[in-house]
Amino acid sequence: MRRIGAETLHSVEQVGEAMGFGGRILLATTKPPFRWRAFIAAVYDSGVLSIALICASGLTVGFVLGLQLYNTLTRFGAEESLGTAVGLSLIRELGPVLTGLLVTGRAGSAITAEIGAMRSSQQLDGLRMMAVDPIHFVVMPRAAALAFVTPLLSVIFVVLGIFGAYLIGVELLGLDGGSYLAGLESAVEFRTDVLQSLIKSLIFGLILGLVATWRGYSCQPHSAGVSRATTSTVVTTSICILLADYLLTALWSI
Amino acid sequence: MTQAEAEPGHVEVEGVTLSFGDRRVFEGLNCEFARGKISVLMGGSGTGKSTLLRMIGGLQRPDTGSVRVAGTEIVGLSEPGLVSVRNHLGMLFQTGALLDSMTIFENVALPLREHTGLAEAEIADRVHDRLAAVGLLNVDELLPGELSGGMLRRAALARSIVMEPAILLCDEPFSGLDPPNVSRIEALLMHLNRDRGLTLIVTSHHMATSLRMAHRIILLRTGECIEGSPAELASSRDSAIREFLGKDGAEYLAHHGHEFKGGEG
Repeated sequence: MRRIGAETLHSVEQVGEAMGFGGRILLATTKPPFRWRAFIAAVYDSGVLSIALICASGLTVGFVLGLQLYNTLTRFGAEESLGTAVGLSLIRELGPVLTGLLVTGRAGSAITAEIGAMRSSQQLDGLRMMAVDPIHFVVMPRAAALAFVTPLLSVIFVVLGIFGAYLIGVELLGLDGGSYLAGLESAVEFRTDVLQSLIKSLIFGLILGLVATWRGYSCQPHSAGVSRATTSTVVTTSICILLADYLLTALWSI
Repeated sequence: MTQAEAEPGHVEVEGVTLSFGDRRVFEGLNCEFARGKISVLMGGSGTGKSTLLRMIGGLQRPDTGSVRVAGTEIVGLSEPGLVSVRNHLGMLFQTGALLDSMTIFENVALPLREHTGLAEAEIADRVHDRLAAVGLLNVDELLPGELSGGMLRRAALARSIVMEPAILLCDEPFSGLDPPNVSRIEALLMHLNRDRGLTLIVTSHHMATSLRMAHRIILLRTGECIEGSPAELASSRDSAIREFLGKDGAEYLAHHGHEFKGGEG
């Protein structure tokens, strides 16, 4: 019982620390100068270098959705609804969630490891001794980059997913292309679907930016500590993204 | 009482206690580092030399006690509060602590770009001047990972003095250097101290160099610190001190013993 209590207290402390850290990042964004050079470099590392993974994943998820949904819908004679089903599932749920999880594994973990290595080799202390705030110089541009690239990558994922399902449903299984696109167009609404999808992705990106940088910044300053922090980023962010997805969906369903 | 004795230390550590888990590092530590003097911190591994430097830099908070830097109490100051103190401090880390994604030029130029409005040409002049002072030429475009350990340390030293701090904290500045570079860095540090009045606090296991350059030696032993001039410590009757200083201590005393006019013995 005592152990459960201690673990609970520790978890609450961790949430409090992360929130405090988030506040420091937010404050850093308001202080000039904005670190454009570091931000662009982080956008390149986290975003541009993730495009191939996102494209491949989006396309294959589209293939699977096209195949599974076509077979299921055919049982009910509703294969014309393939575009609707694929579009809504990708835009509302799969696009933001899977992109969030992929970016976590591909870029979030790398940022944790990078900041953790800087901590263990005293580079962050070196900055502090030069009266340069590491949150402003190192953390803020990377966290901002993750929040910036996640929605953009999610859009790429969704577009490739829809295209992948089109290839399977229309080109391979013979569904009418016009029906597929018409179903998609009539079912998807900008405000309720596309905008909410982008907001979801942005929130997932913010969560990832916070967790990845916080775990790296607060890791134990040795190689095992960096390794643990990197694993923790993937686990914590994945759980947070899935939980946030449910909460946001429930909130918007009310 | 002389004027020097009456003047408060540039850095004062008073009643400092610090533990890492069950391990007690400092228990009521008191020591003072005089303005414009070279103080060398000595002691075996794990006696807290680097930790004391980190404490003076505000990177490590003591459990209790007081640390004053140039009259400012830094214990309890927040990170933004420490900025004004750190503007007068330079620190050479044992690892160098250079940013590994930036070139050597960018590393040394960083504090100038962050804190001064100097033009790029002036920054370049100052960076090259400091790199030349530590004996590094044509390393501008190299990354820290492309330098040897000794070169890395010298580049880090160039960065720590580029803002001309009033107090320089050096964690093992001579380790990993070849004899010519030990002499070069020793001469540079003594020049900065003599000509610019830099207060220098150095940790070192390099006994001969430490005895040569120190005005004051602070020997850290578990739970206590023993202070004195090199001659005072070299002539100490405490066998543990004599053993620690080794033959360098005896040689120092043989050459400089006549300058020592007594002490605690």
